[in-house]
Amino acid sequence: MSRDEMMDLQGKRLHKLVELVYHHVPFYRDKMQALDITPEDIRTIEDITRLPFTTKQDLRDNYPLGLQAAAQSEIVRIHASSGTTGNPTIVGYTGRDIEIWKEVAARCLTAYGVTRNDIFSVGYGYGLFTGGLGVHNGVEYVGASVVPTSTGNTEKHLRLLRDLKITGIACTPSYALYLAEAMDKAGMTKDDICLRIGAFGAEPWTENMRREIEDRLGLQAYNIYGLSEIMGPGVSYECECKDGSHICEDHFYPEIINPDTLEPLGRGQTGELVFTTLTKTGMPLLRYRTKDLTSLMEGDCPCGRTSVRMTRIIGRSDDMLIIRGINVFPSQVESVILEMPEFEPRYMLVVDRVNNLDTLQVQVEVRKDYFSDEIGVMLQLKRRLSDRLKSILSISADVKLMEPNSIPRSEGKSVRIQDRRQLK
Amino acid sequence: MVTKQISIFLENKRGRINDVTKVLAANGINMDAFCIAETSDFGLMRLIVQEVDRAVEVLRSADFAVIVTDVVNIRCRNVPGALSSVLEKLAGQDIFIEYMYAFSRSETADVIIKPNNLEECIRILDGLSLDNR
Ligand SMILES: [Zn+2]
Repeated sequence: MSRDEMMDLQGKRLHKLVELVYHHVPFYRDKMQALDITPEDIRTIEDITRLPFTTKQDLRDNYPLGLQAAAQSEIVRIHASSGTTGNPTIVGYTGRDIEIWKEVAARCLTAYGVTRNDIFSVGYGYGLFTGGLGVHNGVEYVGASVVPTSTGNTEKHLRLLRDLKITGIACTPSYALYLAEAMDKAGMTKDDICLRIGAFGAEPWTENMRREIEDRLGLQAYNIYGLSEIMGPGVSYECECKDGSHICEDHFYPEIINPDTLEPLGRGQTGELVFTTLTKTGMPLLRYRTKDLTSLMEGDCPCGRTSVRMTRIIGRSDDMLIIRGINVFPSQVESVILEMPEFEPRYMLVVDRVNNLDTLQVQVEVRKDYFSDEIGVMLQLKRRLSDRLKSILSISADVKLMEPNSIPRSEGKSVRIQDRRQLK
Repeated sequence: MVTKQISIFLENKRGRINDVTKVLAANGINMDAFCIAETSDFGLMRLIVQEVDRAVEVLRSADFAVIVTDVVNIRCRNVPGALSSVLEKLAGQDIFIEYMYAFSRSETADVIIKPNNLEECIRILDGLSLDNR
């Protein structure tokens, strides 16, 4: 499909979507009326920037079914995503939504090379979480044999992989590594199993993890992206080029915005990913802010698919800091520190304001057994880190070398940031 | 001769050096010599002890950043001009000294130096007769 044809299709679908939510979801009608727009104003895909955003908070505020557009009799399935705080997010699917979901999940699997001759294990959790059932339906749609192993019983999973000669697997990348670990312990190697394709997602992962998974399980590892608010797994997928994930943009229209100003950003620029569900009828969403940070790639993919690609998720917009007007993401700092073996992968960002100027201090722990006993070399190391940070962040940071274990340990990301500007 | 020196990375904050000496004292480890080099935000404490391995172990388990470096220990007579003549020889052979510190015990003085080229430095020192020191 050419770009013009795609945009034409997206525009038509957007118009229909806006009509649907305007007439069936009071939340959207109120928002549109406040902006003084009617469905008639939304004719092309470019008009999308006139529409209101939807946030996770909006979903919570309208708990449980306030954003549902379809009558309850039309809903055939309900998923719920667990929120660590507040209400869970409830998503109702119509029969048509489920059909589309199957089709996009199958698109992903077909791109990875799955055929009806494959035996495919779904190692995502089944239940309220969309991962298990989402991939399951896609595998059946392709016509491969699905094995709904789900999570939990690793020993049985390994046995089934070996005995059924399972060729494909879907699970989180960390579970894939856990399986590899378990395989080692059981005295098995990748030669004892027949896996050739892996679809991994539901959590961020790195190129290093891909190499390790491919190496240890003997398969080709591909990213699968999705989120339950939009649909579930199947929103985007990697092709054989493994260079960015193709978005099923005929169903899920992507935008990248500056999470601070909400202004749309161009191709290649990093910002918050926003999706509009062009064809959904159960709980359609306009411009849903995913909080995932990524960029839309420029240029065509060598694989021949013309759908737009998104890069790896680099972090969450909640963590974004604005320092001297520049957006700074802790994950950028982290990536620089991870490259330098002299440091522990642990840091603290201290933002302050001195004489009306924002300052950024990056505190990083020196490794217990890996530094120099010469002051000059240590100062050079400090300089190397601050130069690297400057080239990545575009602002200068003051590096402070810290002793091991002097930075508080915690699971949460927020504690890696001390923004002292807000305290004044 | 070549000797093992312990270097500890320390943040510049009150009482950190005392923390090191307390750990060593609690484990009955005696310091023969030490010196401290500092910048505005961190410092390096360099130590000479008899029980290097045990000192490293107790310091690391107390979460100090510790590495062990080879340095040269020169023993010379504790008289004026003794060190000067040794250093002159080294300088004459293009040995550059990164840092040095000394401690004396009545008859002799021990000087710890970190040369830019350890092997070459040792070779030159071995060529010197004790009288020259
Ligand atoms: Zn492609």
